[in-house]
Amino acid sequence: MAMTFSEKVLARKAGLKQVSPGQIVTLTPDLLMSHDNAAAISQTFAKMGGKHVFDPARVIIILDHCVPAATEKYAQNHKTIRQFAAREGIANFYDVGHGICHQVLCEQGFATPGSLILGSDSHTTTYGAFGAFSAGIGRSEMAAVWATGSIWLKVPPTIKIELVGALVAPVCAKDVALHVIGKLGADGASYQAVEFSGEVVSAMAIADRMVLCNMGAEMGAKNAYVPPDGKTREWLSQRQRSGYAPVHSDPGANFGQVVKIDISGLEPQVACPHTVDNVAPVGALKRVRIDQALVGTCTNGRLEDLAVAAAILKDRHVASGTRLLVLPASREILRTAMDAGYIATLVDAGAIVLNPGCGPCLGAHEGVLAPGEVCISTANRNFKGRMGCNRAEIYLASPATVAASALTGVITDPREVLDRA
Amino acid sequence: MQPRVWIFGDNIDTDVIFPGKYTYTVSDPDEMAKHALEDLDPTFAKTVQEGDIIVAGKNFGCGSSREQAAFALKYAGVSGIIAKSFARIFFRNAINAGLVAIEHCGCVDAIGTDSRVAIDLSRNVIIVDDSEFSFSPFPKQVLQILNEGGLLQHVRKMLQP
Repeated sequence: MAMTFSEKVLARKAGLKQVSPGQIVTLTPDLLMSHDNAAAISQTFAKMGGKHVFDPARVIIILDHCVPAATEKYAQNHKTIRQFAAREGIANFYDVGHGICHQVLCEQGFATPGSLILGSDSHTTTYGAFGAFSAGIGRSEMAAVWATGSIWLKVPPTIKIELVGALVAPVCAKDVALHVIGKLGADGASYQAVEFSGEVVSAMAIADRMVLCNMGAEMGAKNAYVPPDGKTREWLSQRQRSGYAPVHSDPGANFGQVVKIDISGLEPQVACPHTVDNVAPVGALKRVRIDQALVGTCTNGRLEDLAVAAAILKDRHVASGTRLLVLPASREILRTAMDAGYIATLVDAGAIVLNPGCGPCLGAHEGVLAPGEVCISTANRNFKGRMGCNRAEIYLASPATVAASALTGVITDPREVLDRA
Repeated sequence: MQPRVWIFGDNIDTDVIFPGKYTYTVSDPDEMAKHALEDLDPTFAKTVQEGDIIVAGKNFGCGSSREQAAFALKYAGVSGIIAKSFARIFFRNAINAGLVAIEHCGCVDAIGTDSRVAIDLSRNVIIVDDSEFSFSPFPKQVLQILNEGGLLQHVRKMLQP
């Protein structure tokens, strides 16, 4: 019987010929990703009676959530992980400074078509941009898989989101993602697999596909997937560590739902406080004054995003009374952006460039908000308290919209400032 | 004592259940309990009692994968959550914490702040005042984890020589 991508990967990994939505399968994932929470996971692992991780080659640890450590507690946390990684012989340990886990894992060539990757982070969905099946799990579950090599997963129904039309810059993948989430709701894909398809997705660069899959988590998706193609192969040709076998949904596969969305004429989109599905076109907002703007994170901290921000801010300056933080997603991106001149442009425009990592996105350090402050960010979450203060407001938008807003000090349609360039 | 019912709306996210700023700094169960639902209802942690039940709308626990959201509620004394739907990772985390999580739209709509609510796992029913609402039985693997008090206990038992 015809199966979807997700059904095929789960069936293969579970050693079954056929699976269907709702079925529970037990399997051994190809890779297991953790970040700063590896310290807590290692403690749970020990409490469970775990002696050694079942296969150190499958474990990846990337420190990114609070790097470099902001307090003694964070520092101890990192130290515990370094010791654990050394003890267990975890070769794929990336210490402070490499960048955000989701970016580094992909840059290092671990996310390949058809692979099954679980991560103790909700935005593990990102690797679907390379045709992988990737989903987030909790800390205890990660400890259990480290100990036993096995986990149960429910086979999800698949919702196919077909994006038709054409994107006109500076409208970009982030605007599409916000628009889709606004339409489907924060639980629109709850417990489901999402398969993105259509001419818009085919035309998208890898970086854009990563935005779509990253944001899949914000509609509740278990995993998000873009069918791999020539662009995927090209991206991986420089980075892959092993061979891979792409997996596609069979013709006639049973999708629980097919949603066709025409994005022609789409305006830049903004998610307003305090939910990601509270989406409006930027033009509908009434002069929202901002204190801080953030370009970066695992959603939009890639070279393409820094390029857009630099183009808008070239030979200009961030508005007085507004702070612009720039947070490249990895060291590789930071280095490339330096060579390209983007970093110099942004620094000259008044931006504060942070070291690659999660930065203020989850409210731990490096730019948390004060009560009453307003931030516009390229991140993926605007929940109350997310950036460290439950009386601050967070708006989410594309790098172009955030850069334009930093320039004017109010939430601004990037097309307005590009016209004046 | 009769468990009390706490009623919340849709899309209660993990940042309001257990703020991100505590995820690497607060790990003691009693301390975690004090921050449960802090950014949604500051009175919750102060007045919640052992055995209380949370009743919520759709997509409860959306957002971060942080399992402290589920553990903080458990440590605060919550004995079960009945919601119209759960975010996927939160649902798994709740089970792994040994916290009963049941999806049931009709039952949620029938519960008011004064309702007497009880969950009977042996019969797969939720009792609300004089009515009963059946829910789909938990899969075998899930029920086993719940019955053993959570994933930690489950794996520990499994790994015992």
